[in-house]
Amino acid sequence: MNAMDAIRREGLREDLPEFRAGDTIRVSVRVREGDKERLQVFEGICIGRRGGGISETFTVRKVSGGVGVERVFPLHSPLVAQIEVVRRGRVRRAKLYYLRQLSGKAARIRERQES
Amino acid sequence: MNGLIGRKLGMTRIYSDEGGAIPVTVIEAGPCPVVQVAAPGGAGARVQLGFGARKPKRATKAAAGHAAKAGVETTPRVLRSFHLSADSGKAPKPGDVVTVAIFEAGERVKVTGTTRGRGFQGVVKRHGFRGGPSSHGNTRHRKPGSMGPGTDPSRVIKGKKLPGQHGNVRFTELGLSVVRVDPERNLLFVRGAIPGPRRGIVVVRKQGGRSRYA
Repeated sequence: MNAMDAIRREGLREDLPEFRAGDTIRVSVRVREGDKERLQVFEGICIGRRGGGISETFTVRKVSGGVGVERVFPLHSPLVAQIEVVRRGRVRRAKLYYLRQLSGKAARIRERQES
Repeated sequence: MNGLIGRKLGMTRIYSDEGGAIPVTVIEAGPCPVVQVAAPGGAGARVQLGFGARKPKRATKAAAGHAAKAGVETTPRVLRSFHLSADSGKAPKPGDVVTVAIFEAGERVKVTGTTRGRGFQGVVKRHGFRGGPSSHGNTRHRKPGSMGPGTDPSRVIKGKKLPGQHGNVRFTELGLSVVRVDPERNLLFVRGAIPGPRRGIVVVRKQGGRSRYA
């Protein structure tokens, strides 16, 4: 299905940085309030990416006021205004669901050294 | 014109400006040459459209002659008829070509096709019966169960849902909305799912009334 592949590739964004599970990222989300639009920042650890192509999503987890918060963003959605990689993390899993059971010191992730 | 023949290419998603993901089916629709017009003039005209191409070697003389009569050189693979109503405008002439440009984003359409054939299926898959428990001594796992009342009618009520051929029937999905039209590549993006497998032939027709989706 070459025609279909071409159509699926059209909506892909190329302005996004490379990042993977374990990285701390800062996502700027477009938020509409009435007729005004502003950017809301959500910063946390990317605990996994799933799906592929136009329907790929990623999950960001942060602990806010002692409560764990996770948000799932469609990677190619226009709602995601910008993604910044704050810190690269060294992890041995693609999905960091185990972080949900951990808190404080145990939930730290080692920094990845670029080779 | 109020409709077009097309080929289902597959599904994907499109992000709206508000950021929502819209599930869409991509249809390669047209260009369809007009092969025949019966009872021309406004309402009540029947327009026969063609779609695709048959190899000259494979086309029967009858089919090729029928197309040639309208000035259509390549013999279409499929032919479908469309009834024009009063509001579908003037009937086209034989030899005209109808393209996806007849549709515009936001319009309501209905899509007719042949559903995927699933073969001879039991009542659980075919009619959504619940079936029985799989254990605890139960033996009625996926059986249909009772056929109905006993001695009194002494027959099974007509229309009783039983096992049989599932799918491979003509089906029309109503109230779909057009999300995007791409006249350059002859593509039509329709919100939601449509009957049939990929590469299946479908007919897209305009429709009045409300959408299934808000």
